[in-house]
Amino acid sequence: MSSAPDTGAAVRSAPANLPRRHFVNILLGTGLLASAASFLYPVLRYLVPPKLPDMGDDAVLAAHISELKPNTATTFRFGARPGLLVETAAGEYRAMSATCTHLGCTVQYRPDLREIWCPCHNGIYDLNGRNISGPPPRPLEAFEVQIRGGDIFVRRKQEA
Amino acid sequence: MASPVNNVREWFAERFPLDDIKALAQKKKVPLHRYSYWYFLGGMTLFLFGVQVLTGALLLMYYRPGADEAFESVQFIMTQVQFGWLIRSVHSWSANLLVFMAFAHLFSVLFLKSYRKPRELTWVSGMLLLFLMLGFGFSGYLLPWNKVSYFATAVGTEIPAQIPIIGHPIMLFLRGGEDITGSTLTRLYGFHVAILPALATLLIGLHLALIQWFGMSVPPGVEQRWQAHPVEKKEIRFFPNFVLRELMAWYVALGLLGALAALFPWSLGVKADPFGSAPAGIKPEWYFLSMFQTLKLIPAKILGMDGEMLGILAFGLIGAAALLLPFLDRERPFNTRRWITGLACVFLGYMAIMTVYGWVAK
Repeated sequence: MSSAPDTGAAVRSAPANLPRRHFVNILLGTGLLASAASFLYPVLRYLVPPKLPDMGDDAVLAAHISELKPNTATTFRFGARPGLLVETAAGEYRAMSATCTHLGCTVQYRPDLREIWCPCHNGIYDLNGRNISGPPPRPLEAFEVQIRGGDIFVRRKQEA
Repeated sequence: MASPVNNVREWFAERFPLDDIKALAQKKKVPLHRYSYWYFLGGMTLFLFGVQVLTGALLLMYYRPGADEAFESVQFIMTQVQFGWLIRSVHSWSANLLVFMAFAHLFSVLFLKSYRKPRELTWVSGMLLLFLMLGFGFSGYLLPWNKVSYFATAVGTEIPAQIPIIGHPIMLFLRGGEDITGSTLTRLYGFHVAILPALATLLIGLHLALIQWFGMSVPPGVEQRWQAHPVEKKEIRFFPNFVLRELMAWYVALGLLGALAALFPWSLGVKADPFGSAPAGIKPEWYFLSMFQTLKLIPAKILGMDGEMLGILAFGLIGAAALLLPFLDRERPFNTRRWITGLACVFLGYMAIMTVYGWVAK
């Protein structure tokens, strides 16, 4: 312990030392800044939420045929978001994203209107997901429906 | 002189006694002698606590308490979140180094006799902070909800249950029920992120205020020499001279933490299964190992009394004696100071041996 902290490094104010001191200050300063940036960078990246696993080509089991009657609908989990599966009065299955393109509420099927309705701002879509009335700016993303046995599977429409 | 900085300063000066605050900040001097390096340990402990607060807050962004989600959310942090492994590993490493630093700080203060009058309460607040830090370690250990932490918590909460009468209620309070379940997890989570931090903030504030108020203690031997030869007395200003040195040490510590976390990232283990068997070689964190090993070695019965009980009683007495140490140190009716140093050496040796023994024992 011979080199205990000294008495605060007496500052000599000889002008000849100044450029050298200036140089050392720049060296230390940039070093400090660079290391501070290297500490901050991981923290900032950490705060960016990771992308949730996308459904990709995978099909999701949306419902069983017996669970739906004509002119009704159900929601199902599609990746991290809800999807809407409609059985039309004619008995056709239509599937689409249930997230309203306006402000992200979850839409619902209105058997009385035979249309898809968003309760938040009275947006209306037709059974193909096209926005036909109210504030929604874009159609709902339509999904592909496949029936295997008694199960209704839904997946993203494959790009042509 | 109407620069914005001056305006702000004047605005505050009209309302608060800035000069008094400045005087208090400048009052403190750090004595320079051969033991001065030990003065860094408290500041280092404080720095690591700061690292814990920051990384802990970051972990809260993704962590979910709950038996079904806790393990998965930590797994998510470790594998999906960018640099999540780094943040969690730094939190774990820093926690361990923090406990180590707190013990090192404690023993340096003990051997340099810094707890003497008038600093008794500084010591007491420091001891309470150490207990809090052990509480942080214990409550944080369960949060990843893995097999080892599950059984370590089961054993750890069973220990106070051995105390007659109040033991069982204490266990219920800690576990939030008879068994370790999701309720235990949310409970320890509440302690870890709300109750203990609130208490720690208060106590750290008190601890630092007392240190600022009384200034740094000079060891008795050095003090006597300085009184005999006042010329030898050397001091530096706390601010900025000592602070700059301390900052350098913090900077190195931060680099070290990053290196440790990158080279030895903390593993997550296997998800806890309340109905599975305890894994072989189950051990608590190293700072509980000496107690753990002692309880393992104590015979079941000593003079007709329950051995486990006696061990726990002994830990309680040692803790109480350590808390009240400054009041046990007196010169009259007989000099206990030398006894305290000797006992502390024995205790430190015992802790070290038992920790190593616990580490290697099967």
